[in-house]
Amino acid sequence: MAERKIRVLVAKPGLDGHDRGAKVVARALRDEGMEVIYTGLRQTPEMIAEAALQEDVDVIGISILSGAHNALVPAIIDKINEAGMEDVIVFVGGIIPENDIPGLKAHGVYKVYGPGTDTKQVAEDIRLAIQAQSA
Amino acid sequence: MKHLDPEALRRGNRLALSRALTAVENGDRAGQELISALFPHTGKAYLIGITGAPGTGKSTLVNQLARAFKKNSPSGEQLKIAIVAVDPTSPFTGGALLGDRIRMQDLMGDPDIFIRSMASRGALGGLAHSTAAFTTLLDGAGFDLILVETVGAGQAEVDIAQLAHTVIVVEAPGLGDDIQAIKAGILEIGDILVVNKADQPGAENTVRALQAMLEMAQGGGSLPVAGKHMRQSHTGPEQPKETQPDWKTPVQPLVATEGQGVTDLVDAIKAHRDYLRQSGLWQVKEAQRLEKDLQALIRDHLVQNWQQGVDPKHYAAVLQDLIDRKISPLEAMESLT
Repeated sequence: MAERKIRVLVAKPGLDGHDRGAKVVARALRDEGMEVIYTGLRQTPEMIAEAALQEDVDVIGISILSGAHNALVPAIIDKINEAGMEDVIVFVGGIIPENDIPGLKAHGVYKVYGPGTDTKQVAEDIRLAIQAQSA
Repeated sequence: MKHLDPEALRRGNRLALSRALTAVENGDRAGQELISALFPHTGKAYLIGITGAPGTGKSTLVNQLARAFKKNSPSGEQLKIAIVAVDPTSPFTGGALLGDRIRMQDLMGDPDIFIRSMASRGALGGLAHSTAAFTTLLDGAGFDLILVETVGAGQAEVDIAQLAHTVIVVEAPGLGDDIQAIKAGILEIGDILVVNKADQPGAENTVRALQAMLEMAQGGGSLPVAGKHMRQSHTGPEQPKETQPDWKTPVQPLVATEGQGVTDLVDAIKAHRDYLRQSGLWQVKEAQRLEKDLQALIRDHLVQNWQQGVDPKHYAAVLQDLIDRKISPLEAMESLT
């Protein structure tokens, strides 16, 4: 009856007008038995952090295609930490140049996924990260 | 477990509230204890249920209602509004896609509004198992108004009628004929019927079919009309009710995406609230709900006790006999209890 579910917020910050990738990931994680909250396009870092707090998610997946990841991702992570949710696992999907990945990870991003990633891999990584947290 | 301090909740700590909701949803003992601690402070919030078929515009309407209530609240009074939006859990994977927030972006950034999405997690009545407990927690945390949006419901998902003070059933043009309107189920539980997308063709027919249905149900007489008209048909806006009449379910056409008709709906909700208070039905509803919650708790407890007491080997053997059709389901039950 009562069971623990992995809750994931799929967030689409900034001005991209295209969210097919976000929807594919949302659907795939749903099919992996997770509860996925999708908030739609054009979210500010404040809105994403607020939604993450109200929904008490374990994971935030940020989808960015616009190239603004170096500005947006750290801003989102800062807002999440301010809200007291330092333990949330953050992953980023989209078009992220190799060179930018170390910087994002240094700011607290758990994984970065590019086009063509197997969504099963994403789900597996999430499960491992959550297991590691509760261990 | 940290962050489960009832005082933090009552002070308005949103992280504490959010973590508490998770604990309650997962059935943690700490969550149940928190509800017990808050219970003496509950019973103050007004609960509005919003139900209807998928795609009729429930989330959009919830968004507009929250805005309208904030705008119309007396100045100086900070109305705190909570929204609980339930979406279905997949029966195959156990996962869920919760998308009601997409329509509620206008409400982000308001410190007096709290939105929480819930997956139904296998419950069939249009709500999740712990939706009622969520409303108790939010009530205890000081929210004045709680809007509960059900799963996109068909004909039998009527649990919301037990939970909410005022139930709004949202319809849209083109969903069915007048026979649909006289079937049992969801339309019967509406205290207010809304025809959303009233700018689309066929909306007038839907309004007419619903009004005819209500007229039949109420044994003829005058047509039940929307709150606005009801007042106009009296001599003054605050006509005292000498004899307490039955509630006449209004049919309110509106266009939720444009906010058209939403003010009239707020008026109808307030009229229903006044009706409940004056008629004493408020207490009756509360008493029924608390009794139902108690019975559900007892049922869960008995089932858990039984599960702990049953020998798994015996259970498996009886189940196999049942599958082999050696014994009937009733006989199986009797040998296990």
